[in-house]
Amino acid sequence: MPRLSRWFVRASLVYFVAGFTLGAVMLTGKAVTWPQMSRWLMAPHIEFLLIGWTVQLTMGVAFWILPRFEGGRSRGMVGAAWLAFALLNLGVLLTASEPFFHGAGFTRLSGRAAEAGAVVAFCLHAWPRIRAASTHKGER
Amino acid sequence: MPRLTRWFIKSALLYFAVSMLAGVAVSAQGVMRLPPIVAALMPVYIHLFMVGWVTQMILGVAHWMFPRVAKESADRAQRLALVTYVTLNLGLLVRAVAEPAFALRPGPVWAGMLILSAGLQWISALAFVATVWPRVRER
Repeated sequence: MPRLSRWFVRASLVYFVAGFTLGAVMLTGKAVTWPQMSRWLMAPHIEFLLIGWTVQLTMGVAFWILPRFEGGRSRGMVGAAWLAFALLNLGVLLTASEPFFHGAGFTRLSGRAAEAGAVVAFCLHAWPRIRAASTHKGER
Repeated sequence: MPRLTRWFIKSALLYFAVSMLAGVAVSAQGVMRLPPIVAALMPVYIHLFMVGWVTQMILGVAHWMFPRVAKESADRAQRLALVTYVTLNLGLLVRAVAEPAFALRPGPVWAGMLILSAGLQWISALAFVATVWPRVRER
């Protein structure tokens, strides 16, 4: 597993535990009739599990297993994938922190913009790798 | 495909089907008169889908495809993976019963089951990460 995939996957595991922890706290809060808990924790719970865990793990595994170039020696535009990793995590943290800020609209907008940038960067990286593994030998 | 992966994936498929049926029931409220418990199914529907289907499928495939641990750690990893499977599914099933029941008739029994469900699912997340973290490596 390449280094960037290890970063993606480990970050996704951190968000997995964080998201489940928030979910467990909210479920317990529901049982002890402390519903205001959800007001604070719902947004980070969803963000951590949908984007931080599921999407990030998918990107990490895709970076690892998609067909490579130059007889398996190159994964192409690796810089774009690193940019995706940085933007995705920035976006998750910004979006998840929305309930804790006044004027949260800007925080959420910045987070979503960073996540969208991450997806664009990842698509730029992954697009040329989606091909038959045995063709285009020597292609970058 | 390892046996535990087959359990994960087959369970995930069952949750997939059940969650879609729950989604049909929740949606049917708009066009017909249904018992009040159906209205309380929304969070169960979402969690059967996202935890029972999506997450469980990921856990099963990760257990199968990630680089193997060293032989001396294999038994421990296998036990942790089994703990993940049991606690995730037990926690989810307890939730599927207790959450709508608690919404309709709040009481200490259902509240206790919700807390039990929260604890079980949280343990499953910790057990999964403990299993997989050492497998996130170069080879």
